[in-house]
Amino acid sequence: MSDLTDLTVAAIRDGVRDGAFSAREVATAFNANVEKGRALNAYVVETPDHALAAADAADAARASGDLKPLSGVPLGIKDLFATKGVQTTAGSNMLGGFEPVYESTVSGKLFEAGAGMLGKLNMDEFAMGSSNETSAYGPVISPWRRNDGGNAPLAPGGSSGGSASAVAARLCPGATGTDTGGSIRQPAAFVGISGIKPTYGRCSRWGVVAFASSLDQAGPMARDVRDCAILLEAMSGFDAKDSTSLNMPVPNWEAALSGDIRGKKIGIPKEYRIEGVPAEIDAVWQQGIERMRDAGAEIVEVSLPHTKYALPTYYIIAPAEASSNLARYDGVRYGKRSPGEGGIDGMYRATRHDGFGKEVKRRIMIGTYVLSAGFYDAYFNQAQKVRTLIARDFQKVFEQVDLILTPTAPSAAFALGDKTSDPLAMYLNDVFAVPASLAGLPAMSVPAGLDGQGLPLGLQLIGRAFDEQGVLDAGLALEERSTFTHRAEAWW
Amino acid sequence: MSVDTATVRHIAKLARIAVSDEEVAALEPELNNILGWIEQLQEVDVTGVEPMTAVIPNQLRLRDDVVNDGNKRDDVLANAPNAEHGFFAVPKVIE
Repeated sequence: MSDLTDLTVAAIRDGVRDGAFSAREVATAFNANVEKGRALNAYVVETPDHALAAADAADAARASGDLKPLSGVPLGIKDLFATKGVQTTAGSNMLGGFEPVYESTVSGKLFEAGAGMLGKLNMDEFAMGSSNETSAYGPVISPWRRNDGGNAPLAPGGSSGGSASAVAARLCPGATGTDTGGSIRQPAAFVGISGIKPTYGRCSRWGVVAFASSLDQAGPMARDVRDCAILLEAMSGFDAKDSTSLNMPVPNWEAALSGDIRGKKIGIPKEYRIEGVPAEIDAVWQQGIERMRDAGAEIVEVSLPHTKYALPTYYIIAPAEASSNLARYDGVRYGKRSPGEGGIDGMYRATRHDGFGKEVKRRIMIGTYVLSAGFYDAYFNQAQKVRTLIARDFQKVFEQVDLILTPTAPSAAFALGDKTSDPLAMYLNDVFAVPASLAGLPAMSVPAGLDGQGLPLGLQLIGRAFDEQGVLDAGLALEERSTFTHRAEAWW
Repeated sequence: MSVDTATVRHIAKLARIAVSDEEVAALEPELNNILGWIEQLQEVDVTGVEPMTAVIPNQLRLRDDVVNDGNKRDDVLANAPNAEHGFFAVPKVIE
């Protein structure tokens, strides 16, 4: 029954409901794939029993006529989500062995909707990275390989690299991701799957290990747009335990999903045409524009003048918030402790030296510096002002158009090790993803084509705040015209 | 603005991260590289622009000022590296 792992979330849900197969068969097939796929290093914890228990509950629910929205669907959960009684480390040695005594709101909602958990997915340490190479568990490997015969192991993107690799390699039909500055969209693009970051506040941050709280948003990663709609619907909703949770109803995104975007206006921001981006990215973008036109949308050239400042703004705000959020790892309340010398202060310093990886320390240091006395105004306050201007750019453009279409990332997947020695080169990966994060807007990546080396490229759709439906609909229109059926040949 | 090794040590102290001499030597150029790059924000005219405080307009809620939790001491201490007698235990603070 290995073909069950080729099914989408929607097909699994419908098949279990219709009795085409049992939920237990689905969970068993995915558990086997998780085990077979260990070479990808996508999972850091495997929870086959959790998946089987949820499957048995789904099969019982079918018998009693009590099926839930995700009954029979096993999922992968990014290791940033606190899962009750199951190790949650955020990819860091600092949280080695940490077993939450509570469930994050988002994973709890998915389980209440009937989903099971196949395991916890590898990720960049504390979600800081764009290649999954900062994980304390070692990098995730993309299932994709270049067609040059070199077999160089490729990065799945990051920080949700385990989620990306697992979905692309059929080690789960869908997964949770989180996106602070592109961590759902860039990895989705690198491995040829879909992923959506909703409007800031749609998904509760409660129980999600904090990185940069004004930017962090959870979202689904799955094989197609419909699956993203289904999962996002289950993940979203007001939560009194998150002070920035949106108190508004969750629309029925799946029921309303339609690829009919006739008459919609789609903006093409000229500032996203930047130097040094491979011609293939431009070509896929142009093809996407033609496909939108073919779907009956009107294409409008627009301008987002502060685009070039988005990345440096992000690299002030995100580290500043991280330096504050990560102050909690002090060796006292949870996680690692190193004894150190010199009393409690020495213990703090030794613990944080040993527990954090290089990139995390670098960002804490940057954040500490930009918040320190004498530099707060020049760096942090200036960045918050530029952030206002970036959000204003989007507001103005959304007076003229309904959606914005851009490339998701400035390149296809790169090889492991290619960018680890140059933090700035790594940061540039998120150049197209970060602006929508700073503005809190819903944004999605959908697969759009392959480059000359046979690697996936994605396109990004950005919508108005709260208009996930518009983003999903345009994503579907693109998906219907791209007919992206490529998949990585299994070598693992 | 650029940082020297003394500043790197000062930042590390503020962040409570121990750093070796080799780590300071490696961090100095790395941090300067990043700080030099974010310096470009200074060229943006922000006259009359308010710093962003909320990315999506949202009202901060207040809850009733009553205890709505509690009796979770063992849960709170469950992951502590060192818990004794129902407390977090730390190295001696007062001589």
